[in-house]
Amino acid sequence: MKARVLIRPKAGILDPQGQAVERALPALGFEGASEVRVGRMVELEVEDASRLDEMCERLLANPLIEDYEVTVE
Amino acid sequence: MRFGVVRFPGSCDETDAVLACERFGEAELLWHGDCDLRGVDVVVIPGGFSYGDYLRVGAIARFSPVMEAVAEHARAGGIVFGICNGFQVLCEAGLLPGALLPNAGLRFVCRQVEVEVANADTPFTRACERGDVLSIPVKHFTGRYYAPEEELRGLDAHGQIILRYREGHNPNRSMGDIAGVSNREHNVMGLMPHPEHAVDPLTGSADGGRLFESMAMALAPA
Repeated sequence: MKARVLIRPKAGILDPQGQAVERALPALGFEGASEVRVGRMVELEVEDASRLDEMCERLLANPLIEDYEVTVE
Repeated sequence: MRFGVVRFPGSCDETDAVLACERFGEAELLWHGDCDLRGVDVVVIPGGFSYGDYLRVGAIARFSPVMEAVAEHARAGGIVFGICNGFQVLCEAGLLPGALLPNAGLRFVCRQVEVEVANADTPFTRACERGDVLSIPVKHFTGRYYAPEEELRGLDAHGQIILRYREGHNPNRSMGDIAGVSNREHNVMGLMPHPEHAVDPLTGSADGGRLFESMAMALAPA
């Protein structure tokens, strides 16, 4: 089955990439966007979805600095 | 005493690290795929881009076969010294507290910085005095040290903050101006600046040599 893992910087951690995007948007005429955070997504095919959390904890994310969300199709 | 410098695919500072170590002891390269540390006294995890920095810096290297042996060496009280990418690998491996995040300025920084010795009572700094200022280069994109507030207080209370950037020298907005930290037992240390590039006045500073000298002193027969 197909799984998606969404990984983003934890709340409260300075995200300079998000800030850079936030500053760039008004320059292109897109006003009113705030709290921009940039993360990454990992897509994978798995046979056993029950191990996804462990995969995230041990490799896909660093739980000290990142939150993650798993969705399985 | 013997230093062993681990070479990962993507390491790039291992040769300078070996040359720096050789000023104060014997040194050899260790291969990331080997499980054997060949009896070295000190393990150095060098700078570079292990495994291409894929996923997160240091995230893949920590699963290299050699890292099991490094963790065992650390558990037994052996000295482990991680420089730049090596620092990132040791944090990912859970051998050091905290994590390294992209520089606040989102730029790769490459310059000489001044760091102050915050704890001279460690195997990495015993050739220094507390308050000594060392001039050592940094060169990294992901060097912003982060640890949760409570953990930072613990690091401070237990003398685990070994080197701090001097005022005006923090190149990445590391929390607490932290340039180098150790584990609670003070036998594992990581730092972002590159002492191995500062061991000869010809290249601007020999201050980095004092950290290698310290490790050699720590292991010298009494």
